[in-house]
Order: sequence, then C-alpha cells, then structure tokens
Amino acid sequence: MKIQRLFSGAVVALFAAIMAAPVAAWEPSKPVEFIIPAGTGGGADQMARLIQGIVAKHNLMKQPLIPVNKSGGAGAEGFLEVKAAKGDPHKIIITLSNLFTTPMATGVPFNWKDMTPVSMLALDNFVLWVNAEDPYKTAKEFLDAVKKAPPNTFKMGGTGAKQEDQILTVAIEKAAGVKFTYIPFKGGGAVATQLVGKHVNATVNNPIEAVANWRAGKLRALCVFDDERMPYKTRVTDTQSWFDIPTCREAGVSTEYVMLRGIFMPAGVPPEAVNFYVDLFNKVRATPEWKKFMEDGAFNQTFLTGKAYADWVSKAEVLHRDLMKEAGFLAKP
Amino acid sequence: MDEINALFHGFSIALTPFNLMLMVIGIVLGVLIGVLPGLGGANGIAILLPLTFSMPPTSAVIMLSCIYWGALFGGAMTSILFNIPGEPWSVATTFDGYPMAQQGRAGEALTTAFTSSFIGAFFAVVMITFLAPLVAKFALKFGPPEFFSVFFLTFCSFIGMGKEPAFKILAAMMLGFALAAVGIDTVTGQLRLTFGWHEMMRGFDFLIAVIGLFGIGEILLSMEEGLSFSGRDARINTRIVVETWKKLPRFWVTSLRSCLIGCWMGITPGGATPASFMAYGVAKRMSPDGAKFGTGQAEGVVAPETAAHAAGTAALLPMLSLGIPGSPTAAVLLGGLLIWGLQPGPLLFVEQKDFVWGLIASMYLGNIVGLIIVLTCVPLFAAILRIPFSIIAPVIIVICAIGAYTVNNAMLDIWMMLIFGVLGYAFKKLAYPLAPLVLALVLGDQAEDAFRQSMLISQGSLGVFFSNGLVGSIMGLGLLLLVWPLFGKLKARLKAAG
Amino acid sequence: MSEEKISGGSSGGISMRSAELVVAAFLATIGGMVIYDSVRLGAKWGADGPEAGYFPFYIGLLICIGAAVTVTGVLRQKGDDKLFVEWGALRQIMQVLIPVALYVLGIQLIGIYAASAAYIALFMVFMGNYSWIKGVLLGCAVSALTYTMFEIWFKVPLFKGEFNPLPLIGL
Repeated sequence: MKIQRLFSGAVVALFAAIMAAPVAAWEPSKPVEFIIPAGTGGGADQMARLIQGIVAKHNLMKQPLIPVNKSGGAGAEGFLEVKAAKGDPHKIIITLSNLFTTPMATGVPFNWKDMTPVSMLALDNFVLWVNAEDPYKTAKEFLDAVKKAPPNTFKMGGTGAKQEDQILTVAIEKAAGVKFTYIPFKGGGAVATQLVGKHVNATVNNPIEAVANWRAGKLRALCVFDDERMPYKTRVTDTQSWFDIPTCREAGVSTEYVMLRGIFMPAGVPPEAVNFYVDLFNKVRATPEWKKFMEDGAFNQTFLTGKAYADWVSKAEVLHRDLMKEAGFLAKP
Repeated sequence: MDEINALFHGFSIALTPFNLMLMVIGIVLGVLIGVLPGLGGANGIAILLPLTFSMPPTSAVIMLSCIYWGALFGGAMTSILFNIPGEPWSVATTFDGYPMAQQGRAGEALTTAFTSSFIGAFFAVVMITFLAPLVAKFALKFGPPEFFSVFFLTFCSFIGMGKEPAFKILAAMMLGFALAAVGIDTVTGQLRLTFGWHEMMRGFDFLIAVIGLFGIGEILLSMEEGLSFSGRDARINTRIVVETWKKLPRFWVTSLRSCLIGCWMGITPGGATPASFMAYGVAKRMSPDGAKFGTGQAEGVVAPETAAHAAGTAALLPMLSLGIPGSPTAAVLLGGLLIWGLQPGPLLFVEQKDFVWGLIASMYLGNIVGLIIVLTCVPLFAAILRIPFSIIAPVIIVICAIGAYTVNNAMLDIWMMLIFGVLGYAFKKLAYPLAPLVLALVLGDQAEDAFRQSMLISQGSLGVFFSNGLVGSIMGLGLLLLVWPLFGKLKARLKAAG
Repeated sequence: MSEEKISGGSSGGISMRSAELVVAAFLATIGGMVIYDSVRLGAKWGADGPEAGYFPFYIGLLICIGAAVTVTGVLRQKGDDKLFVEWGALRQIMQVLIPVALYVLGIQLIGIYAASAAYIALFMVFMGNYSWIKGVLLGCAVSALTYTMFEIWFKVPLFKGEFNPLPLIGL
C-alpha cells in the first residue's frame, strides 16, 4: 500500500515534471524588443529604461531587453507594430493611457484586444496642483474661485491633446460644474514649470512630474484623483507626505482617474512565453530599485495579471470611451 | 566666493582615476555616436543609460555628459567633411565648413569648429557656476508667448539674407513648414497630412530630410562633377591646429556675441538649434565679410559652433535647477537623474551638493579632455578625405542609410532619405535654398504650438505678443531684424540719389 | 574608374526649363495636397485661435504661389535655354542613383548588414575597378564593424530584412 502510494506519488511527480518542463523551459532565444509608445524622456520611457537597467543589473534574463521608442501618432506607431507582430514572443510593449485614447481620438485601428495582456506594473496617480503663491488651500476653495470667475478664465495646463490630462480636466469640469481653458504642452516637466511660472493656473501632473517643485515650496497639492489616499507616509516636503494629500472625493470633487502602466505582448503568443514575462516582472517588482522608484513617484502599486488584468483593462476602456464621448473627443467615423 | 570653494570641492570629486577614465571613454563613445548620423546625443545617452545604472550617480552622470560633449564634437565632423549634419545644430556649420573642406582646408575648418565649441561650452559652464540661481528665475518667465517670440526672432534673424529668387526661398521654406506639420497636432490631437497612411504618423524627422538633402544630394552633385570630392588633396598637416589658432583671435567679437546668444537660447530654453541659426544669421549681418559667408569663411564656422555649444551646455542648467530639459539630450539625462534616485529641481543644488558640483567640475574637465582628444585627431580626420571616392562614397551611403533607419527604426525612412536626396540635388541646381527649408522643418511645429498655445491663453487676441516687456522687446527685435535689409537698401538708394 | 570628367556628347541634356517645370509641378502637387487636407481639418480662425488646418492651409497656398510664380517666370523667359544636366553627366549620376535605389531595395529584402556588404563590394569593383577580393573584404569588414557596434555594443537592432540571411552564418 505504502509502496504503491509512493510509487503513484512518484509517477505523479514525474508526470508533473514532464508537464511542467516545457512551461518552465520557454526563454527568449534572442534579444527582446521593449517598445515604448512615447518619446524619450517621458514617464513611460523612464519606466521602461529603469526596467531594462534592473533586468541587466540583477541578471533576470539571459537575453538583453532593448527599449525602442515608437512614439509616432501619439503612440499609434508602437501599438500598430505590436498588432502586426502576431505570434512574436520577442516583443513586449509598455502602455499608458494612450492605449485607449489614441485609437478613440484619431481613429487609428487598434485595440488592446489586438494584444495579449501580460501584467499591470502600477497605476500612475494624478494630483491637482496650483501655484503655492495662490491663496487656494483646498480643492473646494480653488473650484469655488473657478466657478465665481467667468468661464474660461482659469487655465489648466496638461500633456497632449485628447489624452489623459485633458480627459481628466473635462471630468473635473463635469463634476464641479466649471469651465477651464485647457492648454496642451508636449511634456509633463514643461507643464509643471509653466505652473511655477504662473503661465497656467492649475495642472493635473503625475506626482513624479511635479514632486521637485512641490518639495521646493513652489507648488501646492490640493487633492489626488484616486479612490484612496496615496500610502506613502514618509515626509516629502517640510510638512507633508504623499499620504497627507486628501482624495478629491474627500475634498468634494467626485472625480477619479488613474493611468495604467502595464505590459502587453502581441496576440497569438504561446502561454509559456506570457508566463515567462509575468514571472520576469514579478522579479522586477521585488527589487529595491523598483520599490524606491514606486515611492519616489507615489505610484499606486496595484499589480494584476491574467484575467484580472484583462478585466481591469476592459473596464478602463469603457470608462475612457464614456469620458471621451461626453467630451466630444471621439474621432469622427 | 562660495561658488569657488564649491567648485574646488567638485574638482576633488570628479578628479578620481576612475572618473577620469570614464571621461575618456565617454568622449570617445560620444565622438563615435556623433559621427553616425541618426544616433545623436539623445539616442546615444538613452541607449547607454541603463549601463550606468550600477555606477554611483556622480560617475554615471560624468560619463553621460562626456558622451554628450563627444557627440557635440563628432556632429561637427561629418558636417564639415561630408556635408552631412549629424545633429540639428550642426546644419549651420555646413554652410561654411563644407566649402572650406572642399577647398582643401578641412583641417582648418575642423580645428575652428572644435575650438569654437570649446569656447562656447566653457563660457556657458562659467555662467552656470556663478549665475545659476539668477538664471533659473529668468527661465521661469517663459510662457508660450515668450517661446513664440524666440522662434519668431530666430526666423527673422535668418530670412531675408539669401541670394536666391524670393519666391523660391518662400516655396522652400513653406515646404519645410508643411513637412513639419505632418503627424499628430499637439494642440488638437488630430492627425494632419497623413492621408490615412499609418507610416506617415510619425511625421518627417529633420535628420532623415537632412541626410538626404545634404548627404545624398551632395554625392549626386559630386558624381556629376566626375567622381571626386574636390577636397581630396587635403594634406596631412600636423601643425594645422597651431596655424589655425593664430587666426582665430580676430573673430573674438563674433565669438562673444555667439556665446551670449547661445547662453540665452539655452536657458530660455529655445535650444541649440535656433541658437546656431540665429548666431550664423546675426554674424552674417554684422560681419564686414558677411557677403562672403557661405563660400568657406572661418567666421561662418565660429558663429554657429560657439552658439550651439554654449546653448547645449546652458540647457543643462534649467534641467538641474528646474527640472525642465532645454534639449532632447537633457530630457534623457533628466530621466537618468530620476532613475538614480536624484530629483532635479530647485532643491538639487541644496541637497545634492556633491553631485551638482561634481557634474559642473566634470563639465570643465570633460570639455578640456574632449578638446585635447579631438584636436590631436584633426589631421587624422582630415585625412579621411584622401580615401578614394569609389571607396568612401558607398561607405558614406551605408552610414546614411543606417542613420536614417536608427532615427525611428523605420524602413520607410531609408526610402524617404533617397527621395530627399534626389530633391536636394534638384533644389541645389535650380537655386532653391535648403537652409530655410531645414530651419522651418526643425522649428516649424514648435513655433506653431507656441503660437496656438498663446492664442488659447489670450482667447484669440494677438495682443498677447506685446503684453509685457519681455515678450514685447523680443518681438520688437525680431521685427527690427526683419526690416533691416530694407534699411540697407534704402541707405544705398539715398547714397546713389544724393 | 578614372577620375577625369566625362564630357559626354555635350550636345544635349535635360533643359533648365523642363527641370524647373517638373520641380514646380511637384511643389504645386504637395501644396495642393496640403490645402486639401487642411480644409478637411478646418482651416478657419476659431473662437480660441487657429484650428488645426489654419497654418497648413496658408503654407500650402504659399507653396502653390511660389511654384506658380516660378513657372510664369520660366515660361516668360525666351531663347537661350541653359542645360540642367548633360546626358553624359546624367548617366554618371544614374550610375550612382540606380545602385543606391537597388541598395535600399536590398535593405528591404535582406537587411542592412547583408545589403551593405554587397553594395560596398559591387560599388568598389564596378565603379572603382578594385579587385573582387578587396571589395568583398572591405564590404564584409564594414558590415561586421557596424554589426558589432549596433547589435552588440549599443544594443540597437537594425533592420534585418524580410528574408533575413544572417541566421545562415549563425548570427
């Protein structure tokens, strides 16, 4: 009996090993192209190059990971390339909100369903910022002032047109019943500087884009557009930590928005390859460099893979479609 | 005198054998990257950034900024030897540098270019050392109307000085603007001029156009003249550096003016490209030899090179002190700072003294090391022209093709390069000027963005361009430069009449 | 190839006039396309400044005007038409241009490395009268050097072509 059980156990183990072998065995056989659908120096680019550095430093992959910027057409170029590379497991792409906004705003034919979701790395937060010399201490005070002034008096600076910053601006307008003049700039760093120089009245910069000027006492953070406060309690400025910034809902503006920083692959790749990358990014997330980067940029560290990730993405797609439809940003057919 | 103390502290940090070695490696890699068009400073640094991930931040940034210096030096080389500007800001260097090389004065042109770059960069570093906080405040004054006024000034300083038929200048310049408009529109997010063709979405990169118009076009022209680069008799002259240096001091006015233009444009941040064009344009107007510009005047190399490098260096200041990149390369370095856990911005100078002053010290050292390295190689570089045409021509074309590909990793760009080559040949023979086309292509979309952002701010009123002293005076200066040639004509006419 | 000038049969060539007209027509076509797309985008001065097509519209218009003025100038000019390029010189140019075009086609098919080696070798042998050995050696050397630099040092993948031949030699 005992022997038999041992024997059957061994058979099961052997069987499992045989079954598992090919799964564990998939590894890139040539350098992996890491497509960045944005220009050099932006948020997605920084994250991708950080990942490349971490992978190289900790030897997480035998083949090198090579970031390639494909930023044409608000990132459409990069997405179209992944769409065309059906079945190629040596290509991955990092996404931002342009995964949804670009096809909707320009009519370029691609959709996240043309790709295989690998894993969500993090969610990027948005914070409502004003110049520290302005008198508004809370989001409510600020929005009341906007409401009191004639429409379009207050200027909101943001990155790009019909992308996350402008969509969020429209969402705030709807929620608070106000009207901003939205001014698009090319990069998040430039937007923060325009606010410091008082050329615009407010921005919805990501934390990492504005943190330097926040710490220097040039900007004031009014609220964060997430459903709960950012968890980082280490002091960043002299008096505040990220955790001290209230959510916009607490401040009376029921607007929520976060931006996906996630990884996709071309469609039709073997599941073993997907598992390899899921595993790889798990390892990346465990490194101290990654953790520090997350804290510096006050990211929402939600991590999802597989079906949960795909569900999240399809929900986000619906949200974006609704927001863009309301704002009148959808491309004319 | 705090700055002096801090600077010497910086030198003590930068001057370790390890860091010196990194400097030399950086410069050599940088020259290599600069020589290959397409792999410019920004791409080069982006590519090498992850390699520095495991180094201490100070060493890493020293190496990367040395790559930047090297790329700046390298860019001038291809402009002068082959008429192929490896970087946008080397375009103006070709106007006089390439004719010099064709006349057998390649060594002189190279020495002039390298020395001018050094002087420009050095001037800017001194300014960074002593005026950093003041200058940073000035940069904050620049909103969209001010940016537009700077672009306006650049165009004004450059147009109205060509000898070509006016309507051909107009057509060429407008073609540049049209090419710049292709792709996504920053202000509305609409796709423009792509005609539903996805490959067009990324727009026309300046480098593709320049590699074709200048590089391939030039090879076709020299084919017509019969299989030779006219500069092939370039002698190897080891004393060329000293001989050139004896001539350079007489250009001190141009040099100083270009330093100032460069620093100003680097901080604002208009960047190195407008700086080089503006400095060339202004030098042409102001110099007694202005009429001879474009035929191989050393002064026409001094002006753009000095300004470009002063601007490129000064652009690092707003990056460090405000976190706004003054150039694409600075943007990538900025990403690097974040990865190393440093926060660029107003507090960097306070919290990371070692890093900041180590970097500034390395700017001094890197520049000197770089100058020595490239100057010793001048005779060697000049000797490249002695290689027979039937060997060097295919190699140049291969390098052009690789350069065109690496800009966007797109095969279509290599075809575009070929089309631009034929266009460049035809334009040159029919007296369509290439410089306004390139200027419009480089600055066109930025100028349009700035204009339309200003219009959004002012709700459609043009008065915004004269709404405060700063923007008003820059616009006024631009208008003055625009009508300057008319004054000259009027004066001549008055003289003739009276 | 000897480096003397080939004067060709200096009797004929493409006239300046026809070259001017071709280039002007090319510019006008581009101008027209720009105007067409600008109108589609909206070329008016909207409530809050110019629309997306406002500047391109006038850019296109100015290109067309530039081309039109050039054309009228050319047509009005009488007699004594200079040559744009002589047939002999054109042949010289075509000797470079056609191989370059074939080279670019080669890149499309077999990738930058293989096409570059072949191009350099053929150019040296046929245009420079070098021996096959020298040509092939230099061609392969340049390709090997670029391969080392881009693929190995800088980790920048270059175009490998639709029919990548590199695996044949184990790369």
